[in-house]
Formats: sequence, C-alpha cells, structure tokens
Amino acid sequence: MINFTDEMRDLYQETILDHNRSPRNFRKIEGAESLEGFNPLCGDRMTIYIKMDGELIADIGFEGSGCAISKSSASIMTTIIKGLDKKSALEWFEKFHELITRPLGAKIDSERFGKLLVFAQVSEYPSRVKCAGLAWHTLKSILDGKKESVSTE
Amino acid sequence: MNDTTSREKLNKLRNDFPVLHQLVRGRPLVYLDNAATTHKPRAVIDTLVQFYSMDNSNIHRGVHYLSEKATFAYEKARGQVKRLLHAKSEQEIVFTRGATEAINLVAKTFGDMRVKEGDEILISAMEHHSNIVPWQMLCEKKGARLKVIPMNDRGELLLDEYEKLLTEKTKIVSIVWISNSLGTRNPISEMIKMAHEKGIPFLVDAAQAVAHEPIDVTKFDCDFLVFSGHKSYGPTGVGVLYGKSKLLEEMPPWQGGGDMIKSVTFEKTLFADIPYKFEAGTPNIAGGIGLGVSLEYLESIGWDWIMQHEKSLLAHGTRLLTEIAGLKLIGTAANKAGVLSFVMDGIHPHDIGTILDRHGIAIRTGHHCTQPVMQRMGVPATARASIALYNMPEELDVLAETLKVVKKVFER
Repeated sequence: MINFTDEMRDLYQETILDHNRSPRNFRKIEGAESLEGFNPLCGDRMTIYIKMDGELIADIGFEGSGCAISKSSASIMTTIIKGLDKKSALEWFEKFHELITRPLGAKIDSERFGKLLVFAQVSEYPSRVKCAGLAWHTLKSILDGKKESVSTE
Repeated sequence: MNDTTSREKLNKLRNDFPVLHQLVRGRPLVYLDNAATTHKPRAVIDTLVQFYSMDNSNIHRGVHYLSEKATFAYEKARGQVKRLLHAKSEQEIVFTRGATEAINLVAKTFGDMRVKEGDEILISAMEHHSNIVPWQMLCEKKGARLKVIPMNDRGELLLDEYEKLLTEKTKIVSIVWISNSLGTRNPISEMIKMAHEKGIPFLVDAAQAVAHEPIDVTKFDCDFLVFSGHKSYGPTGVGVLYGKSKLLEEMPPWQGGGDMIKSVTFEKTLFADIPYKFEAGTPNIAGGIGLGVSLEYLESIGWDWIMQHEKSLLAHGTRLLTEIAGLKLIGTAANKAGVLSFVMDGIHPHDIGTILDRHGIAIRTGHHCTQPVMQRMGVPATARASIALYNMPEELDVLAETLKVVKKVFER
C-alpha cells in the first residue's frame, strides 16, 4: 500500500478539505449582482453573488462545481470578504495573487496572509493556480464593474 | 502465444521507448495518458535525429542529392500510410498537421462545395471538438444545420435514431470511430453502410483508432478518414487525410502556395494533381518521415499482439476500478477500446489528477475536448486513464492502489 505523502498533506490541508466538504456562503443571493467565472481548462464554472451596501460588501455567496482547490478558495474568500469595503476587498485580491504567484522558495509573511495561508502550497502546482484563482478573479471583475463572464485563460 | 512469451515481448518492446524509463516525482513513471499522445519509439526518435543531422533538405524541387533523398523518404512515408490504411493509391493520402487540420480541410473544401442553405451535416454526441467546430463554422457560413446522433447512458450511439437522421438533406456524416473520452468503439462499418445506402458520404475520425487496430479503408468504403501521427507513436505536427481519389479530384484546393501548383502566372494558376493540390508550402518533412517509421514499428509488433494485449489491459483495469467503492466509470459500452474514464464520489477529477501526478502517474483530467459528452453524462469533467501497447498490468495495479490513496486523502 502506498501512503500519501507529506506533500499531499500540505496541499490538501484539513482546512481546504473542510471548506470543500462544507463550503461557506454556498448559495445564490436573490437580487444580488452576479458574475460567472469559467475555467476553460477544466470546464469548471462558478458564479459569485455580491450584495453591496454603498461601498460595503454586505453579503456574498457562490455557486458552481469545482475541484477542492477552487471550491475551498471561493469559500474562504467569502469568509474574508464579507463585510469589508470594496477597497479592502481588492487589497485581499492583491494579497491572494501575490501568495500564489510568488517565486519558488520566497519567504511568506504569515501575518499578512492570514486565512489565505492554506493556499501557500498551490504556487508549487502551476496547473492548479487557476483553480485557486477562479473565485478571486471573478470577484475582482464584479468589483471592477465587469458584466461579461470571466475566463481564467 | 502463451503468457510468458507475451510478457517477454512486452518487456522487450518497453525498451524501445526511452521516455518510459524514468522516475517522475521520485517514482517510476506510469504513463496512462495515451489518448492525449503516445510516446515515440527509439526508431522514430533516431529517424528525426538522422534527418536533421544528415539528410535535411526541402522536397519536391531540388535537383541535388539531399533534396532527392528527402523527397524519396517523405514519399516513402506516404506509401507506408497507404499500406497501413489499405488505400488504393498514394494519391489518396494527403499529409496534414493532424486530424484536426484534416477535418478542417474537408469542411472547407468538400463541405464548401457540397453544402447549401438548409442542408444538414450529421455528427454524433461523442465527437471531439475537432469534429464539431469545423462543421459548425461551415453551417454558420452556409445556413446549414448540424444534427447530432444521440447516445445512451453507456455511451453507445442509437443506431435507430441515426437511421432516422439520414435524410435527403444530409450532405456528409462525420463520426469518431473510437471515442477519446468514453472509449466507445462505434460500429463504424455498419454506420458507413447505412449512410451509403442513401448516397451520403462518410468521414471517419480515426485519431484514437489508428494505433490500436488495423484499418482497411477499402473494406470500410469510407469516403474520408483522418488521423494524427502523434497518437500512433509518431511525431506531433503531422497527420493524414485519406480521401477517395474521385472526391479529392473534385474538391477545390484549400490553401494556396508553393508545391500545390503546376504553373503560376499572374493571370492564372494551374493546380497540381492530388494529393499535392492540398499540400501548399513546405510540409513537416521530418515529421512525415517519422510517421512512416512509427507505422512500420506498429506493423513489426503485430496487430494480433497489440489488440490482445490492450484488450486484456482494459479488462484488468476495468475490473480493478470497478472494485473501488464510490468510483463510477463513465463510458461502459459493450464494445470498448483502452480508455477508462471515471469519476469518484465527492472528489473532483482535478484533485484526483494532482494526487496521482505526485505519485508519478500521468492521466488526463477535464473535459477531454468533448464538453457535450460531459453534459450528456451529467459530469463537469472526468479522470481518464488511457492505454497503449507498452503499458503493463502492474501499472494499472499502481493506479488502482493510488486511487485508494486519493480516497484516503479526502476521507480524513
């Protein structure tokens, strides 16, 4: 019997598996702004719903099918973003981007990345970076006022 | 052939494929992505090295030694393709960049010539995007309609529906012989006969078939057949369009340029005879020569051995995967080729793929360029293990064991 490696444990951390099994804010929000994100590489689709109250993100939800990485990334994103203003949300997008596209071996400031840290390993899986980024890119597009569905390609 | 000699043969031929003998992520490579592309035997690799080292030259125009040598080798490869397909003449063999380009060629020339507004083009529910999009583009241009033969839940085409879809409006039927995402072997000979009874021309997409079973276009009587070199142990960037000479002659040229002409003046160009009429520009010379060598290699292994070996691998793999609780095979046709497409409860194919990869196992995950198949089967994607002549039953054991690891990762 082959045992799963520590490396796999690093990628599929308990938090990721937990959010994959029971994603938070996994629901459609009636009357909210929405946008579909699409990963043509794997055919995964995800819709993000956002309800704004002025500059504040009053509510956020998502729906769709995806791998554990994309689903947990969306789920964790909603828990970070809910209640923030637009400017702070975009700052989190930048942080996420920085984390998963950082050069190999770069040191991580764990305080700065907070809940995102569980995705630190994703940068070592180039084919999976898009999975983790799907929700975040879709969020950014809504906040930027885009109406067309978003593609990771 | 008994099991021992068969095993000896397998061990011996595995030595023909240098790429197989390496560690990937610290483990021996288990390559099960053969429907995407197959590896190349030493003979093919050596041919490419030899060509670029010693024989490199352009073809069909030089009077010098190297050019004649290159031309001879390239045309010899055409002869090897002709022999493999049992075509009547070399003229019926057009070299293309691959199966995709070959289908596009037929759609843009034959399709353009024959299809009018209100006509129909018939494909099936299990086509690769390469056998959907070119026809869709043609339909768009002409105001024609694309019709689709449905399939059942096992991934078998419904022949009685097919019969009904063959009408006087149908101008061409274009069908995959072996499905890349389901493994279904369609009853292509019968389907060709049914189309021909109504006088409708038939294109066979043999991309997934050519490395796995013998082909006889004369027996099939198909009008066109396409395949790619790289899925049959040859180089990438070269493929084949077989067409009946009568049809090829009738078709207008496709791309214009050098090598496809008899004479050019600013007033008028006389086009070359078939197949050169369809081969504008300098082709993938080394690739074509390499393809010829890969087909020779296939013949040297022998179809009986290849078919029996792959059949037993498929049976072994099917048995192993079926035993894994929560795993569901997608594509369970009674008549199947060496493709094992599957999904697992609560685990996305991409996660399966990543974990297998970290154990040195190469499979494909995603929609396999057959998004309509995924929609029909009600899955966003599948994981797919696909078999080639060099695979060992032990590799499928490793696959099955590692799939249990995947389950463990997700169940903890």
